[in-house]
Amino acid sequence: MIDTPVLERVLGAALRHGGEFAEVFAEDRSSSSAVLDDGRVEELSSGRDRGAGIRVVSGDTTGFAHTADLSESGLLKAAEAASAVARSGGGGATTVAVGPLHGDGGATRGGSGRPKVSKADSLELLGRADEAARAAGDAISQVQAGYGGSRRQVLIANSEGLLVGDEQFRTRFSVSCVAVGDTGMQTGFETAARTVGFELFDEVSVEDLARLAAGRALSKLSARPAPSGEVPVVLAGGSGGILFHEACGHGLEADHIVKDSSVYAGQVGEQVASPLVTLVDDGTVGTEWGTFGVDDEGRPAQRNVLIEDGILTDYLWDYLRARKEGRLSSGNGRRQTYQHLPMVRMTNTFLLPGKDDADEIVAQTPHGVYVAKLGGGQVNTTTGDFVFGTTEAYLIEDGKITEPLRDANLIGNGPEILKRVDAVATDFAMTPGTCGKDGQSVPVGCGQATLRITGVTIGGTAE
Amino acid sequence: MSTAIEETTARSGDPGELMAVAERVAGWARTGEDVEVYVARGDETEIRAYDGEVESLTSATSAGIGVRVVVDHRLGFAWAGSLDGSVLAETLEEARDNAAFATRDEHVQLAVPDGVAAVPVDLWDEGLAAVPTPAKVAAALTLEAQARGADPRIRQVSSADYGDGSVEVALVSTTGIRSAYRKTSGYLSVGVIAGEGDASQTGGGFSVGRGFEGLDPDRATADAVERAVRMLGATKGPSGRNTVVFDRRAATTLLSVISSALSGEAVAKGRSFFAGRIGEQVGGSVVTLVDDPTDPRAYGAAAYDGEGLACRRNELIAGGVLQGFLYDTIAGSRAGVASTGSAVRGGFAGTPGVGCRALTLAPGAEGYDEAGVLRAVGDGLFVQSMTGVHSGVNPISGDFSVGAEGLLIRDGKLAEPVREITVASTLQRMLHSLVAVGADVEWLPGIAAAQTLAIGDMQVSGV
Repeated sequence: MIDTPVLERVLGAALRHGGEFAEVFAEDRSSSSAVLDDGRVEELSSGRDRGAGIRVVSGDTTGFAHTADLSESGLLKAAEAASAVARSGGGGATTVAVGPLHGDGGATRGGSGRPKVSKADSLELLGRADEAARAAGDAISQVQAGYGGSRRQVLIANSEGLLVGDEQFRTRFSVSCVAVGDTGMQTGFETAARTVGFELFDEVSVEDLARLAAGRALSKLSARPAPSGEVPVVLAGGSGGILFHEACGHGLEADHIVKDSSVYAGQVGEQVASPLVTLVDDGTVGTEWGTFGVDDEGRPAQRNVLIEDGILTDYLWDYLRARKEGRLSSGNGRRQTYQHLPMVRMTNTFLLPGKDDADEIVAQTPHGVYVAKLGGGQVNTTTGDFVFGTTEAYLIEDGKITEPLRDANLIGNGPEILKRVDAVATDFAMTPGTCGKDGQSVPVGCGQATLRITGVTIGGTAE
Repeated sequence: MSTAIEETTARSGDPGELMAVAERVAGWARTGEDVEVYVARGDETEIRAYDGEVESLTSATSAGIGVRVVVDHRLGFAWAGSLDGSVLAETLEEARDNAAFATRDEHVQLAVPDGVAAVPVDLWDEGLAAVPTPAKVAAALTLEAQARGADPRIRQVSSADYGDGSVEVALVSTTGIRSAYRKTSGYLSVGVIAGEGDASQTGGGFSVGRGFEGLDPDRATADAVERAVRMLGATKGPSGRNTVVFDRRAATTLLSVISSALSGEAVAKGRSFFAGRIGEQVGGSVVTLVDDPTDPRAYGAAAYDGEGLACRRNELIAGGVLQGFLYDTIAGSRAGVASTGSAVRGGFAGTPGVGCRALTLAPGAEGYDEAGVLRAVGDGLFVQSMTGVHSGVNPISGDFSVGAEGLLIRDGKLAEPVREITVASTLQRMLHSLVAVGADVEWLPGIAAAQTLAIGDMQVSGV
């Protein structure tokens, strides 16, 4: 993307007015998407975005500028703008040497597949999904299927001599359905997403996705209002895993910790969860949605144990927050695009499987709610209060899964809920998601086996 | 990879140049195809203060193009984050190629001028460009210091930001559309953490405007501090049926959610609970809902919509009776009506869709402010913020279940704070249960007005 001598000159220019650290993050991203809606291929879209973000750190201050102009003069202009924060110190020429280059072209596993996809192939998949969803039941009134693929090349150089590249392919396929019945309309959604090219569809059947989405909408046609108040909740394996993402994942991000805006600040070594809880964030897992070769600061992805047997072991770190603590980044510095500053983000966050039997957990729950599929969630890291939504849930009566429930949000407090996990099964599965923080979205994975929480407040309309 | 230095065809400072770029690309249309070219350029500055220092200073310029091509009622789209000469031609070519794969649909067409004159709205602050960066830095530092010292219970200022931006857009099509607009914006935004003993609570406040002048740090700080401090000592509230008063900011969110069910596109595709109900009573007689982007006070005020047609006032619900929906050109054609000038697009990387810009409920005849609504309600729950709106509100089924925090209302006044509760109903029922609409209309960032609302018979889940 950019020649090494140019990078060196730009980094030198970025430090001309002072500052201890400078970085060039260059990105070239191309994406394509197609949507089939209401039985028609409505829109094929292609996008191309290329540019660089330049960061200068001086003391506790970061200067940042980005440009779509990757010529040396364009980069130098951005370096000048980013260095404006460091006017007080430095002065004169700064020489920076970087390299050799690590990992260019394929450090991210699974990224070497078949990036070049014919548009006709993706449309064929959409048609098959539409057909399968409509065949799932006469009450299916509307189907929308979407395909999205992207290729992202990054090149990161910094004044500490780092020079690293990565190439990340991501592919996503989703189906959403509407079913109509006597009680109105209900919706169902399912998605598959991996850090691979078109070979996603070697592993994933779009018909299966469509049937899952349609089944969800259909089953809710006869759903009754969700209960309201505190109930025991069993979360199915792979139902979303978003519980831990919200209940503690965000609260373990070091930017919240250093600003004392997390309930988990100062808790390392403390028992913060049930002994059944071992939570891991791991950017190296196979081709999961949150996997990458290097993070957006050039640090290799790694496996980080955050909670072990209920005891808080560590937080998640990016370069800036780690530097302040005199330690290394944990490979969690991520950004949405070159136009964004990196910050501490999760990758694939999951609860390790336990020893219980999934069916037994349900059988031993006299009364409660069984959540087969979760929607999104949200957390206030300072108070620990978080919500997560259901998109497929059932009542548990006398140890059996019975009637379907309408969608509702559940609300809890992270540190309290983590202590209420009293059973974890073996049927582990991961799901993809999009995590938003401070206006930036990044792909993440979430995972868990079937587990039970002894009490969570569910916000249905039934009294 | 080598760096290609390409001809740059547009530089900041001359609005006529964007129009020239758009006209040049539209001029490349072939016989038998319609082409629409959207060209945008923007500048932005963002300064975050922390603990008396600048934490980060971002300055950036971006530009890009989005092209829609319609050939034989087939639509293709492509975008690029650059206005380099070679990119323009590639983007048009890619959109053209995409069109060939779309389904032929007689309703697919570009907008044509409809004779409705645009109401000029002045969204450009001439003074913004002349504000020096140090003045902006000072604004962020002052905000942070002010928030930190506002109340002895403020333990932390988690964010204190100044930001501004300007954007210029030109839209040209071979069907006769030729529109251009530009706008500036500025904001101050602050997040605080209040503490007492072990308990912490958060609050946010902001001040927005078209530029630098007039931004009000006192207002932003007072709002953030009040919201955090009054929540100290919050406990999980009681369960039961209750009247819920949504504070102005929460009400904006509520109206925005309802707006998606008023999209003629959602209606045509069977994804709105309003479908087929024009002329019916869909809410209480106090519900009169209008989208009027020609109101210059509205945050979303605009002269032109996302297809270059004039924005106009659209009455959607009058006295509780559904009057009609919002349409862009394609959705209008599907419904057999003209566009209502309601196409919205999220920048050059997105295609137009149907949306509100300035939705507001007609203020109740009583002329209530917040205190007036509280007095009228007497006893109930005051919600100051909601969470999980994206996971718990479904504008297709109408199911509504959100996390909430706020204060109990007793004898017409705010009483003790409550948190970790949910509030649930259906959007359909909520429209019928609106018991008071405040006259305290304020235009905050977003697509709907902020005004205090009281809704009866909602299910609250807490202890």
